[in-house]
Amino acid sequence: MEEKVLLKGNEIIGEAAIRSGCKLFFGYPITPSTEVIEYLSANLPSQGGTVLQAEDEIGAINMCYGAACTGNRVMTASSSPGISLKQEGLSFSAAVELPMVVVNVNRCGPGLGGLGPAQSDYFQSVKGGGHGDYRLIVLAPSKAQELYDYTMEAFDLADQYRNPVMVLTDGYLGQTMEPVILKERPESPEFDRTWVVDGCEGREKRILASYSLTNEIGEANNRYWEAKYKAIQEVEQRWESFHAEDAEYLLVSYGTTGRICKSTVLNARKKGVKLGLIRPITLWPFPVKAFEPHLEKVKGIVTVELNTGQMIEDVKLAVECKVPVHLYHRQGGMLPTETEILDYVEEMIAKDTREVQA
Amino acid sequence: MKKVFSRTKGLTEVPFTFCPGCTHGTIMRLIAEVLEELDIIENTIGVSPVGCAGFSQDFFSCDFVGAAHGRAQAVGTGIKRALPHRTVFTYQGDGDIAAIGTQHAIHVAARGEKITSIMVNNAIYGMTGGQMAPTTLTDMKTSTSPFGRDPVTMGFPMDFPKVIAGIPGAAYVASVSVDSPKNIQKTKNAIRKAFKVQQAGLGFSLVSVLSTCPTNWGLTPVDSLQWLRDNMMPVYELGELKMTEEVAQL
Repeated sequence: MEEKVLLKGNEIIGEAAIRSGCKLFFGYPITPSTEVIEYLSANLPSQGGTVLQAEDEIGAINMCYGAACTGNRVMTASSSPGISLKQEGLSFSAAVELPMVVVNVNRCGPGLGGLGPAQSDYFQSVKGGGHGDYRLIVLAPSKAQELYDYTMEAFDLADQYRNPVMVLTDGYLGQTMEPVILKERPESPEFDRTWVVDGCEGREKRILASYSLTNEIGEANNRYWEAKYKAIQEVEQRWESFHAEDAEYLLVSYGTTGRICKSTVLNARKKGVKLGLIRPITLWPFPVKAFEPHLEKVKGIVTVELNTGQMIEDVKLAVECKVPVHLYHRQGGMLPTETEILDYVEEMIAKDTREVQA
Repeated sequence: MKKVFSRTKGLTEVPFTFCPGCTHGTIMRLIAEVLEELDIIENTIGVSPVGCAGFSQDFFSCDFVGAAHGRAQAVGTGIKRALPHRTVFTYQGDGDIAAIGTQHAIHVAARGEKITSIMVNNAIYGMTGGQMAPTTLTDMKTSTSPFGRDPVTMGFPMDFPKVIAGIPGAAYVASVSVDSPKNIQKTKNAIRKAFKVQQAGLGFSLVSVLSTCPTNWGLTPVDSLQWLRDNMMPVYELGELKMTEEVAQL
């Protein structure tokens, strides 16, 4: 049954996890993600699930690793410094191909930083993050309903590809109360479970481990993972195009700023500026395909980010130098207004025009 | 003629790859025998660490999960919480459990996590080639304490099972040795009791086993056993260090 409720962003993630069949949650409190573990502590046990507050983030991710080995749906949630601690475990989880959902409520950094919204963990999220050569599937919600929908999606993607999936949000999304429709979860497909470790009763023993001292086996393993990542890149690129069809200029932005950019686009259109938006939904795989229809028409692209300019590298790779790519950014927990972004775009357009005339 | 000794079903056919005189094989066999005797091979999930003990995943005939360095008990916790009716044990070296994984060792005991940990203490890092361990003895030479362990700059050896014994959720903590047939029998008894503690749901159980590393100690296998008796036993207290009342009644 569908119901519309008012919840904090972090609580929405918790509710989505419960409704996705998440059986075990291991975490450690850190602002601004703490409401996830608080919500689940109050609500998961009564649904037959387990919540355990670990000794630290390293413990939490390794508990996820162990529980995921049994084929159960598991999740952990944290914020930037805590996610740094989880990187070792994420690398091991990717190597053993464990389905799990990891939520990063990005706060600003580096170091301990502050609690405000930031996108400073983009590189860490989309390049693997820990040691070795692996990728996480990374989903970037921009509003309450997407926190709910993408968290559910994350569990299915994790099972489908036997890979950790990250839901990358920020302190703004996590702490804001918004109405959300708790949609009934569609029936989950059956996933292969013939790899799980749960006691070898009636079958051969199984080992889930990533240790190999034979270089030839090491390369074969890396090639196998590479093929999986390529398949994901081919099939799972997701994005939202907003007034992009006839756009002369494009904003590219995800998450909270992606949402702000929608207002910028609407305001620009009122002023006759043909501005559009590409909002990446999967940050990995990066939606390269989103840019293909626009490469010939668009005069300039602006990435709007809450960091020193991280996603801009993927945008530049996607457009292959065919379009100039600019950066508008705020940092340290600050958000831009839709007007500030539009001012920047209009200045850029004016400069372009002057250069063309010159 | 009556058959008095044979391969235990708790071990696979994979031959041990340990150095001559290493006591890992003895300890693994004892665990495997206990798994067979308690009829829990198919019910058990082992967790292997990093280091020489990491090979355990190939030798036991039960399911196994390979953990990152020091994380075996956190991984074991995750497995046990997901499958509370299965038996879960970790097999770890002294460096794994008492240095890089100390936070998990302390808290798995504090939570009274219903898993069993076997700690193999040979006072040195074996696989990486003989570096100082948390259990390296005072004045003992290793490749990272080439002039001997100086407690002033390198710290003191830690009697880790005693640390764990002081934590309320630890139901059973034993410190044993495999230097002689008599002590091997005591070790097996301790391992059996530790698994029974888990089966009865009484809390966390730890068995620490004094072990040899002839290769990195630079001694023959026989001399190594005597070195263990002369040098390790005076520092590392043997015996059942902790036993709750419920465990005593098992």
